[in-house]
Amino acid sequence: MTDQTSSFVRHDFIAPAAPPTNDATAFGWMRRNLFATPVDATLTIIAALAILWYLPPAINWLFISAVWTGADRSVCTTVVAGGIQPEGWSGACWAYVGDRFVQFMFGSYPRDQLWRPLTVLVIAVALLIPLLMPKVPRKGLNAILLLVVMPIIAFFLLLGGSFGLRYVETSLWGGLMVTLILSFVGIVISFPFGILLALGRRSQMPIMKTVCVAFIELIRGVPLITVLFMASVLLPLFLTPGNNIDKFLRALIGVSIFASAYMAEVIRGGLQAIPKGQYEAADALGLNYFHKMTFIILPQAIKLVIPGIVNTFIGMFKDTSLVTIISMYDLLGIVKASFNDPTWGTPVTPLTGLVFAGFVFWIFCFGMSRYSLFIERRLDTGHKR
Amino acid sequence: MAATDAHDPGGTERPSVSLIYNPALRRVLYQVVTLAIIIWAVYFAATNVIQNLARANMTAGFGFLNSRAGFDVAQALISYTPDDTFFRALQVGLVNTLVVSFWGIITATIVGLLVGIGRLSNNWLIARLCTAYVELFRNLPPLLVIFFWYLGVLALLPTARELFQTIKDNPDKIFFLSNRGFYMPAPIFGEGFSLVVYALIAGIVAAICFAIYGNRRQLATGQRPPVLLVNLALIILPPVLTFVALGMPLSFDYAIPGNFNMRGGMSVGPEFIALYLALSLYTASFIAEIVRGGIRGVSRGQTEAAFALGLRSSHAMRLVVLPQAMRIIIPPLTSQYLNLIKNSSLAVAVGYADLVAVGGTILNQSGRSIEIIAIWMLIYVSISLTTSLFMNWFNAKMALVER
Repeated sequence: MTDQTSSFVRHDFIAPAAPPTNDATAFGWMRRNLFATPVDATLTIIAALAILWYLPPAINWLFISAVWTGADRSVCTTVVAGGIQPEGWSGACWAYVGDRFVQFMFGSYPRDQLWRPLTVLVIAVALLIPLLMPKVPRKGLNAILLLVVMPIIAFFLLLGGSFGLRYVETSLWGGLMVTLILSFVGIVISFPFGILLALGRRSQMPIMKTVCVAFIELIRGVPLITVLFMASVLLPLFLTPGNNIDKFLRALIGVSIFASAYMAEVIRGGLQAIPKGQYEAADALGLNYFHKMTFIILPQAIKLVIPGIVNTFIGMFKDTSLVTIISMYDLLGIVKASFNDPTWGTPVTPLTGLVFAGFVFWIFCFGMSRYSLFIERRLDTGHKR
Repeated sequence: MAATDAHDPGGTERPSVSLIYNPALRRVLYQVVTLAIIIWAVYFAATNVIQNLARANMTAGFGFLNSRAGFDVAQALISYTPDDTFFRALQVGLVNTLVVSFWGIITATIVGLLVGIGRLSNNWLIARLCTAYVELFRNLPPLLVIFFWYLGVLALLPTARELFQTIKDNPDKIFFLSNRGFYMPAPIFGEGFSLVVYALIAGIVAAICFAIYGNRRQLATGQRPPVLLVNLALIILPPVLTFVALGMPLSFDYAIPGNFNMRGGMSVGPEFIALYLALSLYTASFIAEIVRGGIRGVSRGQTEAAFALGLRSSHAMRLVVLPQAMRIIIPPLTSQYLNLIKNSSLAVAVGYADLVAVGGTILNQSGRSIEIIAIWMLIYVSISLTTSLFMNWFNAKMALVER
C-alpha cells in the first residue's frame, strides 16, 4: 500500500475573482446582442446598412413625397406627362386611393344603398366580438346568431328584392365586401361539411370512407383556381339545361367545396388527438354514434383545433383573391381593374393601389393570426403530454 | 357504430329488438343510401351534360387534342409553333409549370431555412428582420405579391428604348434588365463539349466516394481527411482541365439591340421573374416558420450536450440539432412544396404560359371545358401524389431509427 500524503492540498485561499462588470448599459446590451462574435458583427453591419439604404427611400416614397389630395391623375404625374410634379418625382398617390375608396370597399353597389352593407357589417361585428372574447357567456346562442341568423338577414338585406328593398344584382357587388362575404360563407358552409367529411374519413364503412378520402384528396391535390374554373364553367353544364346560376353563387360554391376539404383535414387532426379512452368511455355509457360524437368527441376535438380553423380561415381569406382570375371583383380584383381607369392612370398608380390592398389584407390576416396565437395559449391546457 | 363488431350476433340473440337496431344492418343501409345518392347525382349531371352539349352542338372526348393549336406561347422551353397540336401546347404548359415550381421550391427552401434559423439567432437585429419578413409575407395573398412584382416593380424598369440608350453608353455590359425581361448571353457549345460534362459527372462521383470514405475513416480513427479541399479539387479540376485541353469549345451569343426589342442571347420574361420571386418569397415565409418550429422542437438539452462535448455552435446546429429537427420539419415542408406547386397556377394572372394558362387558352378557343378541367385535375393530382411519395420516402429515410 502506497502512502497517500503526496496528494496536493491547498492551504490558502485563492484571490477572489473580480466582480462582474456592469453590463446593463446600452453598450453592454449591444455587445451581447449585436456584436457577440465577428460573424455576428458582420451580419449586424450588413443588415444595418441594408436598412439605412432601403428604409428612408421607402418612407419617402410612402409618406413624404406622396400626394394626399387631388382630383385626377395630374397631381400624380410629372410635368412632361401632363401633370404638376417636377421631373424625376416618384411617390405614392394616396389621392387616388381616397378617390376610389368607396369603390374599393363596396364595388359598384348603388351609392344610395350603402347603408345596407354597412348595417350587415355592424351586425356582424357586434356578434363577432363577443364570440371572440372567451369570457363572454352564451357562446352557443351567439354562434347561432352569427352563423345562422346573420347570414339570412344579410342575404335579404344585401340582395334586396323583397321587404320593399331595391334589388341589387350580385354583379354590382365588389371590393372588400365580396372578399369578406366569400371567405365568411366559405368557412361557415365548410364547417358542417368538414365535420361530416372528417367523420366519414375515420368511419369503418368502406364505401363512406372511400368517397370521403377521394373527395378530400382530389380537392386538396388541385389548385383552387381549377376548382373555381370547375364551379364557374362546369357547374352550369351539370345542371338542367337553360338554368342561369348566378356567377357569385358559383364562386361561393367553388370556395365552399375547397374550404370543406381543408376543414375536414383540420378536424380530422382534432379527432385523432382525442385519446381512445374518450371513445371507449362514451361506448361504455351506451351512447349511440350520434350522441357520442356531438356530446363527447366533437366538443373536445373542435376545441383542440380552433387555431387550425383560424389558420384555414386566414388561408381562405387570402385565397378569395383568386376570384379575380374568373373576372370577379373582390378587393384585389377591383384595385387591379382601377389601374386601367384613365382618370388615375399614372406610373405610380399600380404600386400605390397594390400597397393599399396589401395593407388591408395584411391587417386582417395579421389580426387573425394574433388571435389564433392568443387562443392557442389560452386553450393550451388539456391533452398535454 | 364502432362499438359492435360486424360479426357480433347482438341482433340475433335478442329477437325482441327490431332489426333496424342491428348495427351491421345499419352500416350496410347507410352505405347503400350514400352510394344511391352519389349514383343519382352522377346520373343527373351526366344526362344534363349530354343535353347541354347537344344544345351547343358539341361532343365530348379527347380527340380535339390532336387538332391544330393556332396560338403562340411566349415562353416555350420545348419546340413549339402555332401549327403544333393542342396536346403539344399542354406539354409546353406542363414543362413551364414544372420549371417554375422546381426553381421556386429550391429558392424557397434556402431562403426559408436561412430566415428560420435567423429568427432564432442571438443577434437582435437579424432576428427582428427575419420576424418582419415572415410576418409581412405570411399575411399577404400570393396573387397580390405576384401583381406587386409584375405591375408594381418590373413594369417600372427601363423600356427597351431606354435600354438601347444605356447599351450605347456602356457597350461592355452583357447582362440587361428591362421591363421585357432579363437578358444574358446564351452559351454555344462547340465540338467535344460533352466531354467536359462527362468529366464533371466523373468528378462529382469521385467526390461522393471520397466523402463516404472520409466519414468511414473519421468513424474508425477519429481522423478526418481534408474532405472539403479534396472534393473541391475533384469537382473543379477535371472539367476545367478537359475544357482547356480541348481548346475551350465554348462561345457566347450575346443579346444585342434589335429593331424593337433585344435580339439573341437568352432571356427570362418578366412573367416568369414575377411568378418565381413571388412564389419563392411567399412560400419561404411559411418554410421559415416550419424550420423555426422544428428547431425549437429539439430539446434544449441536445444543444447543451453538444456544447458540453466542445462542438462549435455552427457544428452543434448542423450535426446535432438540424438532423433531429428534420424529422419534425419534413411532413409540413411537404405540404408547403405542394402548396407552391399548386400556387404556380396563379401564373395565369400574369400570363406566364403554365398548364392552367395554356389550358385556359384552349378552353376559350375550343370550348372543351370538361376535358380541359379533367386534364388539369389529373395532372395536378399526379404531381401532388408524386411529390408526396418522394417526400414520404425521404421522411422514412430521415426518421429516427429506434431499437
